[in-house]
Amino acid sequence: MTTTGKIVAVNGNMITVAFDGAVAQNEVGYAVLGDKRLMAEIVRVRGTRCDMQVFDATTDLMVDDKVEFTGELLAAELGPGMLTQVYDGLQNPLAELAKEAGRISKDAEFFLQRGMYIPGLPRDRKWDFHPLAKVGDKVAAGDFLGWVTEGIFDEKTMPGHKIMVPFALRGMFTVKAIAPAGDYTVTEDIATLTDANGRDVKVQMMQRWPVKVPIKCFTERLEPTETLETTVRTIDTFFPVAVGGTYCIPGPFGAGKTVLQQTTARYAKIDVVISAACGERAGEVVETLKEFPEIKDPKTGQSLMKRTIIICNTSSMPVASREASVYTAVTLAEYFRQMGLNVLVLADSTSRWAQAMRELSGRLEEIPGEEAFPAYLESRIAAFYERAGRVKLRNGKMGSVTIGGTVSPAGGNFDEPVTQATLKVVGGFHGLSRARSDARRYPAIDPLDSWSHYPSVIEQDRVERARAILRKGNEVGQMMKVVGEEGTSLQDFTTYLKSEFLDAVYLQQNAFSESDATTPVERQRVMFDMVEKVLSSTFEFPEKDATRKFFMDLQQTFIDWNDKPFNSDEFNALKAELDRKVAEATDGR
Amino acid sequence: MFNNKVYHKIDALSGSVATLRAEGVKYNEIAEIESRAGTSLAQVIKLDGPNVTLQIFAGARGVDTAAKVRFLGETMKVPFSDALLGRAFTGAGVPRDGGPAIHENPSPIGQPSVNPAKRIMPNKMVRTNIPMIDLFNSLVKSQKLPIFAKAGEPYNELLARIALQADSDVIIIGGMGLKYDEYLKFRNTLDKSGALAKTVMFVHTAADPTVECMLVPDVSLAVAEKFALKGKDVLVLLTDMTSFADAMKEIAITMEQIPSNRGYPGDLYSQLASRYEKAVDFDGAGSITILAVTTMPGDDVTHPVPDNTGYITEGQFYLRNGRIEPFGSLSRLKQQVNKSTREDHRTVMDAMIKLYAQFKETVEKQSMGFKMSAWDQKLLKYGAAFEKGMMDLSVNIPLEEALDLGWKILADCFDKGEVGIPSKLSDKFWPKS
Repeated sequence: MTTTGKIVAVNGNMITVAFDGAVAQNEVGYAVLGDKRLMAEIVRVRGTRCDMQVFDATTDLMVDDKVEFTGELLAAELGPGMLTQVYDGLQNPLAELAKEAGRISKDAEFFLQRGMYIPGLPRDRKWDFHPLAKVGDKVAAGDFLGWVTEGIFDEKTMPGHKIMVPFALRGMFTVKAIAPAGDYTVTEDIATLTDANGRDVKVQMMQRWPVKVPIKCFTERLEPTETLETTVRTIDTFFPVAVGGTYCIPGPFGAGKTVLQQTTARYAKIDVVISAACGERAGEVVETLKEFPEIKDPKTGQSLMKRTIIICNTSSMPVASREASVYTAVTLAEYFRQMGLNVLVLADSTSRWAQAMRELSGRLEEIPGEEAFPAYLESRIAAFYERAGRVKLRNGKMGSVTIGGTVSPAGGNFDEPVTQATLKVVGGFHGLSRARSDARRYPAIDPLDSWSHYPSVIEQDRVERARAILRKGNEVGQMMKVVGEEGTSLQDFTTYLKSEFLDAVYLQQNAFSESDATTPVERQRVMFDMVEKVLSSTFEFPEKDATRKFFMDLQQTFIDWNDKPFNSDEFNALKAELDRKVAEATDGR
Repeated sequence: MFNNKVYHKIDALSGSVATLRAEGVKYNEIAEIESRAGTSLAQVIKLDGPNVTLQIFAGARGVDTAAKVRFLGETMKVPFSDALLGRAFTGAGVPRDGGPAIHENPSPIGQPSVNPAKRIMPNKMVRTNIPMIDLFNSLVKSQKLPIFAKAGEPYNELLARIALQADSDVIIIGGMGLKYDEYLKFRNTLDKSGALAKTVMFVHTAADPTVECMLVPDVSLAVAEKFALKGKDVLVLLTDMTSFADAMKEIAITMEQIPSNRGYPGDLYSQLASRYEKAVDFDGAGSITILAVTTMPGDDVTHPVPDNTGYITEGQFYLRNGRIEPFGSLSRLKQQVNKSTREDHRTVMDAMIKLYAQFKETVEKQSMGFKMSAWDQKLLKYGAAFEKGMMDLSVNIPLEEALDLGWKILADCFDKGEVGIPSKLSDKFWPKS
């Protein structure tokens, strides 16, 4: 029996509904508007009235219009067919929406039509199911029943896309029947399971899971200790991210948050990337859409798009589905984690998600906290990042979800509620600085303010020594602004040049140069050895101009070196030249 | 259910907002209010049981409690036809140039967002012959870009110059809070160059009702969208978006909404974004490029309006002391086009900016009275040459000439090894002395 209700008030994307019967918090309902049905979610219940946020424009709704409740929470569809998709925040495939809208008129095809929803998984597509479980097997939620071939999940690179016992099933089950190998759609029954009381449950390849609830089908959570190779030197060496860890990238606009996220999505050594464009520019998503199919995944050598899912709820799309989008992203990630894969979720930007919560809270007339954000902002952010982690599954396999979120602080000031709430719960902080981006020093990760709790690809003490030089160099640089170059000792001046050198050749990385954009760990080690040699050498030039000239020349050669393919002849020749230059400058003095 | 009933009793009036009891009213529907103050349109902005809240476009001044209210059963629409070209209207679509009213093809404003899957990658450069734009921050068709400036900077002049020099089929000017003489100046500049015939103006002047200011972007963009769908490349110039945001603030406060930052409503970002995101290149049709002036109160970029704008737009131009600042100014889409202009474009761009940053530091040192090293002297020479050759807004040269000029300035001031340019490029382009 479904509950129905009637609209009693409309204010922006919020409607108040008088209902009869029972409803649940976060339950989904549809406001009926002529032949359209507008999806909405209950956000507050008071007596026989509930407030609902509508995932579409509320224009033309009237008092007394009907609302139908579904009895279900906002859920994602999980199963084969998600990879390479571009979804909106509610998991509607955007390409399909355009096709469907195109039936209305040619012009309509360009726009997102109100009240149009399409299932996240294609219903007509058949998948080649291969059973893994046998009749009589004892299974529980998350256990593998079989697998299908999908994109990157082919025999060569990675074992198939696993079909699992639905996560919502509680307790132990016995496999009563399992479908033979063959082609099935996601809604066809592929197994029958019997619970302890003898009740049968039919299982399909597709399952639904409420996005705001974490999937917990694992035996234990493990400490994230393994470095995630992003091939961004500043990150891997100085501010590493761990597989199953969390990190945030706060920065003012124009500091390169999105470029950094895209670089990571491209080059990170990981199985699946879920990129959530949350309240950001549509243009950036289009860039990813057009470029990713052309780029090769460094791990499998296949098209990068094959390992990618994009959740795209850009800034002009309805704000309520923006709020849902990060949850949809992390739910899909958890699904792949359950197969024993390492998944990276990139949320850009979490501030827009927080603002969506603020808009909702304002409409609910809740008592506001700092900067009008709701009082529950911190706990929501914490709960979101807590969905990351490296876990051990029931079958002994490891899987992980790593979450990296950008933060767009108002005025670029990190002392604002979203940044502060995020810093408390993440393991890595990549603070982007306006000063660096203004000086075109990309990636603009501030090497002095940023931090990470995760292990680096270079030994910790060596990294510390390099950072010490950066700090000292910065101090000298600050001092030089006051006392001038002539008031600075040659020794201090040399330290300053060393820190500038480290910055220019190692921290800065040209995202648009083929060789420089991605530096695998092996190359980072070779480069770091060379940088370290320069940093630890004692140079005794007669005066400052000669010192500067030497460092500039060295820097030039090093940048040329960065531009060459790893271990190519040119690479080795320039390496020898660098060695020679350093040796000459230190020799016999 | 069509609502032809006329209501005669307004229960509450505050700011430009009126509340009355009515039945069968649709959210966002338009109503007509006839009162002592005259006739005005109004929009439904809240429904609460029998109570309907209306926002009166002409403001509530003089509206009496016995005013006649008639609901029209439809949302705000703007006429669309080629007859719009060369004309000027108010935010509510009433002619302000003495010409006849236009009623053809009424189309709703504030339509849904473009499906991101139907967008294409912007890849056509818009040449302006302004080196600070073409060389350092190329403008791209379908880009949305604000000009950040404090009051008093020649931002409207810059907008007009871009309008005249950039290639586009249709120009739409949305003026918000414009001084009347600024409106006339725009008109005259476009008229003189013959561009008025392809221009539509929607102008709210500072003397007009606040609510009309809020309508300007939506009306302008709705018309732009129609032209773009017909295959036209449309350039939309909005000035000034801070007035638009202030109008929203005024309404939000009247509605007793909880303000978030300096009195602005919590949805400021979403509101601005839904307008700017109308910039688009339709696959198989035309495009919309948006250039919008955002004045920064107190020259403060962290003010909520420029701050939120910066996060939405694809870069920004800072106009300071009549010049486009190289720092902070950024075109995010330049990478889409500057790879295919000339091979040295990116490198010259990066190297010159890095050196200019160092020049700035040196100037700081110099102003504190420190001795200038040989390197400092070089930087000082470079800085002066850069400002004169590149930054001056009167410089009017195509990109290729600007690049050649860049190499010349570098060679005049530095040795080849000092500018941080990979040898393979400097070997080719470094001017032979």
